[in-house]
Amino acid sequence: MFRQSQVLEGESEEMHGARSQPGCGLDRRSFLKCAVASGAALGMGELAQPAVGSPSEVGQQKQDDARFIVEARFYEKQKNLRIKCKLCPRECVVGDRERGYCGVRENRGGTYYTLVHSRVCAAHVDPIEKKPLFHYLPGTVAFSLATAGCNVNCKFCQNWDISQTRPEQIPASYVPPQMVATLAKQNGCPTIAYTYSEPVIFSEYVMDAADAGHEAGIRSIVVSNGYIQEEALKAAYGKMDAVKIDLKSFSESYYRNVVSGQLKPVLESLVTLKKLGKWTEIVYLVVPTLNDSDAEFRGLAQWVKTNLGVDVPLHFTQFHPEYLLKNLPITPVSTLERAKAIADAEGLHYVYIGNVPGHPSQNTYCPKCRHMLVERVGFTASKVLIRKNGCPFCHQPIPGIWNA
Amino acid sequence: MSQVHIASRRDFLKRALTSTALLSGTCGSALLTAAEPGAAQAKSKVVIARDALLRGTGSTVDSRRMLSLLDRAMQALFDRDDPVENWRRVVRPGDSVGLKVNTLGGRGISSNLQLVEAICERLQEAGIRAKDIVVWDRDSGEMERAGFRVSVGGNGVQCFGTDGVDYEQDLALYGSVGSRLSKILTQRTNVLINVPVLKDHDGAGVTIALKNMYGVIHNPNKYHPNGCDPYVADLNMLPEIRTRMRLVICDATTAMYDGGPAYKPDHSWKENALIVSQDPVALDYMGWQMIERKRAQKGLKTLEGEERAPRYIATAADAEHRLGMNDPTRISRVEI
Ligand SMILES: [Zn+2]
Repeated sequence: MFRQSQVLEGESEEMHGARSQPGCGLDRRSFLKCAVASGAALGMGELAQPAVGSPSEVGQQKQDDARFIVEARFYEKQKNLRIKCKLCPRECVVGDRERGYCGVRENRGGTYYTLVHSRVCAAHVDPIEKKPLFHYLPGTVAFSLATAGCNVNCKFCQNWDISQTRPEQIPASYVPPQMVATLAKQNGCPTIAYTYSEPVIFSEYVMDAADAGHEAGIRSIVVSNGYIQEEALKAAYGKMDAVKIDLKSFSESYYRNVVSGQLKPVLESLVTLKKLGKWTEIVYLVVPTLNDSDAEFRGLAQWVKTNLGVDVPLHFTQFHPEYLLKNLPITPVSTLERAKAIADAEGLHYVYIGNVPGHPSQNTYCPKCRHMLVERVGFTASKVLIRKNGCPFCHQPIPGIWNA
Repeated sequence: MSQVHIASRRDFLKRALTSTALLSGTCGSALLTAAEPGAAQAKSKVVIARDALLRGTGSTVDSRRMLSLLDRAMQALFDRDDPVENWRRVVRPGDSVGLKVNTLGGRGISSNLQLVEAICERLQEAGIRAKDIVVWDRDSGEMERAGFRVSVGGNGVQCFGTDGVDYEQDLALYGSVGSRLSKILTQRTNVLINVPVLKDHDGAGVTIALKNMYGVIHNPNKYHPNGCDPYVADLNMLPEIRTRMRLVICDATTAMYDGGPAYKPDHSWKENALIVSQDPVALDYMGWQMIERKRAQKGLKTLEGEERAPRYIATAADAEHRLGMNDPTRISRVEI
C-alpha cells in the first residue's frame, strides 16, 4: 500500500506511515505526486482488500498459480518467440505474452502453456443421459468436470460464464488426474465426463485424467464441439470410451456467424471418430430461424447416413434463449418433431428429441420390431430391456455400450 | 448495428442515476466540445510533443521534465498557457477519473510512471481528489511487474487491476462485441483518460489508444481474429467507454516498431515524446504513421506489406462508428 505522500524510487516500507500526512517535510510537488511507482518496493506490494465500491469482491485468483500451468501439447515454435497452436483448426499464431483465442493457453517466452491443467471450475455428478449419451451405460452417472475456456464463441452458449472466460476470472479447484479418478469412484461413477465448457482446450488434462481413470477402472467420455485437429483428436479422444459431438448446424455460414468456427473440420472429426471406432452420438441444437430448415435437416441426415451410417444416434435438442441470443424463442416442439421426421425418413435408426421432458422420442425403440427398449424419464433411464446388446423381442442388434 | 445493454431493471436504474447525462451525446457539458470527433466541420488535433533531454544523461525519464512536457502538450492541444486551466477543460471537481494504463509489456514498454504521476498531479491541481483518481489496468500483478505500486483505500491515488474488483456480470453489447466490462470503468470512474503506449502488434498491426480498451474487458482473446477488425472499433462504441474517454495521452517515450506486443528491446526506440489528442482514431492514425516511418528507417516492410495493417482504425472512423478521423487531411498535426 502506498499513501498520498509517498515518493518515488528507493523508499522503504517503514517510511510509509511516517509520511502519510502532508506537512511532514515534503514539498508540494511530492505531495501531489501520486507515487504510483513501486521502486524498491516492487514485489512487496500486498494486494490489500480495498474499501467500498472498489475491490471488495476479490474473487479472482492469482494468475500464476503454478500447479495449473503445464507446457501445452500440439503447437509449433516460430521465429520471434511466436508459436502456432496446432490443437484446433483455428491455428492461432500467438506472440510472446499473449493468449490464444481460447483464453487458456499462453505464450511465455516462446513456449506455449496451458493454464488449466487440473484447474476445475465446475464438477458435478450427472446422469449419463444428461450429456446426452443414450447408448452408453444407461442409468449410470458420470463424474463431470470442466475448466474455463472454449475455442469457439456460440451465441447461444448456456455456460458462457465459464466457457467464455479466462481461468483467473473464476474460482477453481486443483483436482489432479488421480484425484479425478478417486472422486469418480467415491461417487459411484463408472465414467468421467469432460464437459460443460469445451474439452478441446483442456486436452492435456483430459488425456491425463483418462489415463488415471482407466488405471482405476473408470471410463472416460467427452462432450465436445469436435473443432479439433486430427492429430490432437486421435491423441486425446483416442483415449475416450465414448464421444458426444455437438454438430451445431449443417452450414458454414451458421458456423461462421453464430459459432465463430467452421463446419468442415467438425465433419472431418466425426469421420475420424468413426474410423477410430469410437462410440459417438451427435447432438444438433435446433435454433429457431437460424438452423431449422427442412433442407438443412435433410442435408444433415443424408450426410450422417452416408459418412457415419444409420446407427449413429442423432439428438435434436431444444434451444433456450441465452447469452447473445436472447431475442429468439424456445424451439417449438413441432420443429423438433419435423426434424426427427425428416431424419427418420432418410433412414437413420436412432433419432431422438432432447430437452423436452416426457416426449416419447427420448425413448429408444427397436428399428426392426419398434418395441420400446429403453424408457427415459427426465434424465434417467427408467427401463432398459436390451439384452446381449440387442432387442429381446426380435434379436436385432442395438449398437452402443450397454454393459459396464 | 444497434446498441443493446442487457441489464436487470435495478442495474438499469443504477446506471441511469450515474450515466444518463453522459449518454446524451453532447455529454451534457462543454468539456467535450473539442472531444467530439464526429463533428463534421472540425479537424481533429493531434499533438506530438518531444523533449530530447527527457532522460537527462541517464535512461530514466526525469519527472520534472516529464511534467513540463505534459504541460506543453496540453497547452498545444487546448491553446492556453495555464496548465491547470487546460486540465479543467477535461475534468471537473467531483469527477472520478480513471487512468487506463497499459502494462502488458512489463518494465520495458508500459505506460511511463513519471507520466502517470504528472497527470495525477495536474488532475489534483484541477480539483480532483487524489482518492478519486484510479490508475488501473486489467491485472494488479502485471501492474506491479511494470513498476506500479498497488494501492487501495485511504486518501491517496488508487492503483489496482480489475482482478481485484472483477467485471460486471452483465454483458455490454455492440456489433461483434459482447463483453463484461471492468467495474473500475463502470463503477469507480466517470472519466477515462486513456494512457496507452505506442507499439507494434503482432496481430493487430499496432496497439495504441483504441486497442488499449482490450484491457477493459474480460474476453479480449475473442477479438484477435482478422487483425482485431471490427472488434476494436465495436468495443470502443460501447457507451460505457465512449462517453467516458475524454483524452488520450499516449506515452511514446519508448516505442516499438516490430515484435510487439511483448517488449523486445531490439525493436524499440526512444522517441521521448507524448502524443495527445481527444480523438483516439486520429491519434492512432498518427501513431501508426510514426511506427511506419521507423520501420522504413530500419528497412522493414510496411505493415501492409506484412499483411497486418491496422484496418480497425479505418473501421473506427467509418460511417457506422464515427469514433474519430483517420483522414490525414482532417487531422491537424501539431509537433512541438
Ligand atoms: Zn426388435
